[in-house]
Amino acid sequence: MAAAQSLPALPMSKVKPGRVVAWTLLFIGGVIMVTPLLFMLSTSLKDASQVYDLRIVPAAPTLENYWQILGDGRFLRWLANSTIVALSVTVSNVFFDSLVGYTLAKFRFRGRYIVFVAILSTLMIPTEMLVLPWYLMASQFGWLDSYWGIMFPGMMTAFGTFLMKQFFEGVPDDFLEAARIDGLNEFTIWWKIALPLVTPALSALAIFTFLGNWTAFFWPLIVTTSAELYTLPVGLSSFAVEQSIQWEKIMTGASIATLPTLIIFLFLQRYIVRGVMLAGLKG
Amino acid sequence: MRLKHLLASVAMSATVLAATGAKAVEIEYWQYVFETRVKAMDQLIQKFQAANPDIKVKQTTFPYADYQTKVAASIMAGQGPDVVQLFYGWTDNFISGKMIQPLRASAFPAADIERDFFPIVSAMKRGNDYYGLPTAVRSLALFYNKKIFKDAGLDPANPPKTLDEFVAAAEKTAKRDGGGNLTQAGVTMDMTGQDHQWWREVLIRQNGGQPYTDNDSKVAYNDEAGLKALTFYIDLQKTKKVGQVGFMDEGQAAFRGGLAAMTIDGTFRLGSFNTIKAFEWGVTELPANAKGERSNYASYFANAITTKAQGEKLAAAEKFLAYISSPEAMKVWLEVVGELPARRAAALTPENLANPIYGPFLKGLEYAHTTEFKDEMAQRQVAIDMVNRVLIGGETPKDSLAKAATAEQAILDRAAKR
Amino acid sequence: MSATGTEAAAGGLWSRLSLSQKQVLWAWAFLAVPVLFYTVIRFWPTVQAFYLSATDWNVMRPASYVGFENYRRLWSDPLFWQVFRNTFAYLLLGTPISLLLSFVVAYYLDRVRFMHSFIRALYFLPFLTTAAAMAWVWRWFYQPVPIGVINDILATFGLPQQPFLRSTTQALPAVLAPAIWAGLGFQIIIFLAGLRAIPSTYYEAARIDGLSEGAILRKITIPLLKPTLVFLVVFSSIGFLRIFDQVYNINSNDPGGPLNSTKPLVLMIYQTAFSSYEMGYAAAQTVVLFLILLVISLVQLRIMRDR
Repeated sequence: MAAAQSLPALPMSKVKPGRVVAWTLLFIGGVIMVTPLLFMLSTSLKDASQVYDLRIVPAAPTLENYWQILGDGRFLRWLANSTIVALSVTVSNVFFDSLVGYTLAKFRFRGRYIVFVAILSTLMIPTEMLVLPWYLMASQFGWLDSYWGIMFPGMMTAFGTFLMKQFFEGVPDDFLEAARIDGLNEFTIWWKIALPLVTPALSALAIFTFLGNWTAFFWPLIVTTSAELYTLPVGLSSFAVEQSIQWEKIMTGASIATLPTLIIFLFLQRYIVRGVMLAGLKG
Repeated sequence: MRLKHLLASVAMSATVLAATGAKAVEIEYWQYVFETRVKAMDQLIQKFQAANPDIKVKQTTFPYADYQTKVAASIMAGQGPDVVQLFYGWTDNFISGKMIQPLRASAFPAADIERDFFPIVSAMKRGNDYYGLPTAVRSLALFYNKKIFKDAGLDPANPPKTLDEFVAAAEKTAKRDGGGNLTQAGVTMDMTGQDHQWWREVLIRQNGGQPYTDNDSKVAYNDEAGLKALTFYIDLQKTKKVGQVGFMDEGQAAFRGGLAAMTIDGTFRLGSFNTIKAFEWGVTELPANAKGERSNYASYFANAITTKAQGEKLAAAEKFLAYISSPEAMKVWLEVVGELPARRAAALTPENLANPIYGPFLKGLEYAHTTEFKDEMAQRQVAIDMVNRVLIGGETPKDSLAKAATAEQAILDRAAKR
Repeated sequence: MSATGTEAAAGGLWSRLSLSQKQVLWAWAFLAVPVLFYTVIRFWPTVQAFYLSATDWNVMRPASYVGFENYRRLWSDPLFWQVFRNTFAYLLLGTPISLLLSFVVAYYLDRVRFMHSFIRALYFLPFLTTAAAMAWVWRWFYQPVPIGVINDILATFGLPQQPFLRSTTQALPAVLAPAIWAGLGFQIIIFLAGLRAIPSTYYEAARIDGLSEGAILRKITIPLLKPTLVFLVVFSSIGFLRIFDQVYNINSNDPGGPLNSTKPLVLMIYQTAFSSYEMGYAAAQTVVLFLILLVISLVQLRIMRDR
């Protein structure tokens, strides 16, 4: 078995065959993991006649499918919708979850514990149970088929609040006291002093919220009625059915839905991985 | 709460827009998304607005899968369309939900409707009232791939006329690889498509039975005829091995992809099949049984006026409905969508009857039946499950048929109670 | 509502308040909007869901109270019990398989330096995909010959064809696979973080004591990973119990089929509510889902804590 290489205290041992085998198996596993993505991308670059030729590198790659699909405008619209929805919800979560997390971590007042437990208890309620009341609410207030209708259930989350509270608890009170003595008001203290100290947590929260909303399917499927307001996953699902199972078109649509997050990941890999680790450890 | 402000301003601008357009009556028309239908309706709306400058029609479309739900939800919420397209099988649901209103006899006299339209329009009649009118009707036919026919030594100009010839042609055209796996289907098998209609209204009747009695409220297929019809269908995969459920995912996809010699589908598929470039295909009437008896299944989407349309909107909606059920509109619909006119005179022209594609469908209309679905999706699911129980569950056709009859009767009974 | 509003209204009063009183006012000012949000968007709908489950509300007509009728109907609905079994099959297959795979990968990946972050990225990428989109990719993989990717590969090696989605026994695992696949990267990252958090002095001491690698894994690594493990077990269990996107998209003509063999509770809820319009009945199903999630989470937390 391979020696623990990541332990700096131990002297590096020689390359052992066991470690080579482990590395190779890990690598093969990793390649298998991305195979579906490779198939999706490569098929999106093939024309209809080559679809069932299962080579990963297309014989005659073409962007024709992309032009066709993006050309009819709907996918661009869905891309825009998904972006608007995911960004707005993310901004709202970063603001409110950290404000509430901060208040619960750093203020002493009666009712604090009740508020905390109450918010935390919503974690136990699956959104599926709230979907019907939300649907009723949305139809009564005319929110069906609107951005607000897609977004309103997720504007704040208990998960984010809890995560931020954990991090704010690590901020020393002295910092805040010093600011108070300087005469800053509480909002400014939070905004200018406390928030910058927890940026890793904020980015973790932002990444999770964005990803969750970008890929969300169940609620947008229910609340949107017209194709103009679909988010990408919902749009793709209806598009795929409508395409009479033309796989190259469906794979192109799936690629369009998937590529943005993959590309963002390539640039921000370090932050995203760290963010996921943070959220997982503290959350 | 910047969002609330945003919403408020959006709502404001919407009211402003509505106010400026107040001179013309604006009515909303809803149908499901299907490229050619949307295109045809756009043309009709243009022509209608040119003739009626005081009326504006706004078309909104939804995917078929959610269509019924969305319509129901919006009308409940007091929004939604003034004129709505609905599958004739949903009529009971829409009436019991108070979503659509009966057509006023002053604008649409029953006697005229019965004189001019094909008799299947009666599925829109409740008591003395009609609740909607179709622009076009659809029927089934057998599509066949001429290239595959030729390659298999069959005459592309002489497609199968009887069920025996149909099976023989399928056997000649089906291909399997060394492992016995189907690589080219003789006939597509897809209960999620039109096959459940073929089984219900055609195969059962050709075996001497009938699918339902009492206005389609009692299941009647759990008998010898139903069993023969089911066995015939199952045997296409099980013993004849000329088709396979799930081959190429969907039956129409297999035919489109040039890997199925024959498929049973409706007029609405013409638009999609017309874009096929790789091979030539033909259409023929559904095969007759040994005694020469034929049947067909016809269906249609009707246009109805919702309960939301009142006053001047009601008058505008009636005008619009009359226009989209006119012979002129039917001609546009036939040209753009490829669906058959719902008025006899517009449909049965010598020109249409001689058309190699429309001809077989029109002939089918003469002996077609219409199922009065109570819950089309659920009833279709019964048929899907019935076949699956035999093909992948290993049940006998007899047991599966009996279970299907029980399940469907339960759906009909539940619907009757509503 | 806002803090500035309170200040303006209170005027001179504000300056007379003690620091701690001011703090309390600030705190509630910060919490005002969130408390309103949680009340209206979370708590009220929760109460409403319970109420709706005792009505016969359908979209077509207003609700009237029917007591436990929906629950009685659910109890005697064979479809519910099938769906119940499916939901637990997703859980009982999904959670152990995905945790075992991700632990093994994380355990070895933690020791690998050569191309470490590249390999980690390979495993992590699927986590960033959209389930609704990827379900279609997997749907294509599972097709029979001549178009299905997996079956074509099997055929090349002369292996027998598999029906996958056209089988009542294979379909559920086939639907589960993309869900495990997509979640694996997340679990690996969390395990890696957990492994990193174990102080290296523990390992050094163990090595000095002459413990074998296997013994170190059993006696040090796994016990110290317990918090991570608890988190992942609960988190992924909830995920598998709520599976929907994959099932809905992988078989759009017969969602949850064939013969309901892949239908999870959430899909049954969706169909009851939005294709049969039986909202009251669907609400009862959501309450059952809530109870299942609650019981499973509590049981897991209890078991994991005791150990």
